[in-house]
Amino acid sequence: MKTVGILALQGDFDAHRKAVERAGGRPIEVRTAQDLDACDGLIVPGGESTTMLKLLDIEKLIEPLRQFTARKPVFGTCAGAILLAHSVTRPSQPSLDLIDIDVERNAYGRQIDSCVARVDAGGKDMEAIFIRAPKILRVGSGGKILATYNGDPVWVEQGRHMVTTFHPELTPDPRVHQRFLERVATSSGRV
Amino acid sequence: MHLSEDFRLKVGLAEMLKGGVIMDVTNVEQAKIAETAGATAVMALERVPSDIRKDGGVARMASIRIIREIMDTVSIPVMAKARIGHFTEARILETLGVDYVDESEVLTPADEVHHIDKKTFKVPFVCGARNLGEALRRIAEGAAMIRTKGEAGSGDIVEAVRHIRTIVKEMKHLTVLGKEEQVHEAKNLGAPLELVEWVAANGKLPVPNFSAGGIATPADAALVMQLGAEAVFVGSGIFKSEDPDSRARAIVKAATYYNDPVKLLEASEELGEAMRGLDVSKLPESELLQTRGW
Repeated sequence: MKTVGILALQGDFDAHRKAVERAGGRPIEVRTAQDLDACDGLIVPGGESTTMLKLLDIEKLIEPLRQFTARKPVFGTCAGAILLAHSVTRPSQPSLDLIDIDVERNAYGRQIDSCVARVDAGGKDMEAIFIRAPKILRVGSGGKILATYNGDPVWVEQGRHMVTTFHPELTPDPRVHQRFLERVATSSGRV
Repeated sequence: MHLSEDFRLKVGLAEMLKGGVIMDVTNVEQAKIAETAGATAVMALERVPSDIRKDGGVARMASIRIIREIMDTVSIPVMAKARIGHFTEARILETLGVDYVDESEVLTPADEVHHIDKKTFKVPFVCGARNLGEALRRIAEGAAMIRTKGEAGSGDIVEAVRHIRTIVKEMKHLTVLGKEEQVHEAKNLGAPLELVEWVAANGKLPVPNFSAGGIATPADAALVMQLGAEAVFVGSGIFKSEDPDSRARAIVKAATYYNDPVKLLEASEELGEAMRGLDVSKLPESELLQTRGW
């Protein structure tokens, strides 16, 4: 069984833990660089991207994270997608540039505009929860769009990494986490 | 228990705040300090609880101008407080577009019998609780997040500890009861049977359970989280201390590494003076805020 680390600095890491279990993986919480050693893949959960960014910086986790993701898959949801993006606007903030997408934060509005919606996942219907969600404005070459909502990409895969702007960890549907676990299983761990 | 679409969204935002620190702020400058320090959300207020306590008088919903300025300044969620039972203040805050409403005992109650019927709102609510019965009544009314009340504005952690311990103990107790005992316990708690059954089956609240009221140091934050709280609210503890910026950062670190003594030591070093604080056991009953709420 593959071990999936869940970055647990802040956010809905507990919901991801349950989702990884549902999809057949072994979840562990990651708070330090040492914790990464045991992981075959990493999930960056939903939460507040500014808070996570701050803690990654203060705790000197950015470099270990880069080294990890150079070899192994990472999956970011919502705030996680913001952290992994190439560039972030509204307001602009630094990001790890691990996946070639540009995102706009809180693009659909405040909490009152959050919604449960149906998205088109490659012709298949999927329930998706959007909470103060970012919008993917651009997907770079090599990026594969796996789901769209009103024409906007909401699930994107590039190389070994993937992101969603919605929260698959909050719905019972295991498809998104299963796909990530497949990527973890097939990833050789080599650069 | 069936969770409506609407309720899942409300609880969803609370899930995003777990492991974090929600800070009371009274102006744009403080909101910026809080966001930069790593707060997951801010609570926009006119006065922090220790000043409300000192100034006396009637404490109401904050000025709309202050809340709006803070909403325009930070990118993290903004919460605001409405008086207990004051559904009109809550409706105004919802219309303004705040991300969460705190139906709070820190403000002077508007209704001495009823709380707000929170299910009729699109904006999510957080409510305080001192015990499981109170928590489940608030959830029955539609609260999507519970926070233990503690004693706001005191800087004394003793009440927050009492409340989280009480709720955790009462939940553990439910998990060992038979079905017929759950009915009796629902009567004792003054809570709906459906929610009592849910807690008995799951050993936890159906919504996130945070802690508030008296947290003044990184160690305080880690203490309540080790006792079972999933995130913390810090009110007067930050902006009534000597160096709010470093204290805010230290408490954020403590909330993440609440189980890591080495990181907690790092967070506790080189901090200025904490807020002065009030010994809650010396406060007369009439000055307690936690007894507000029914």
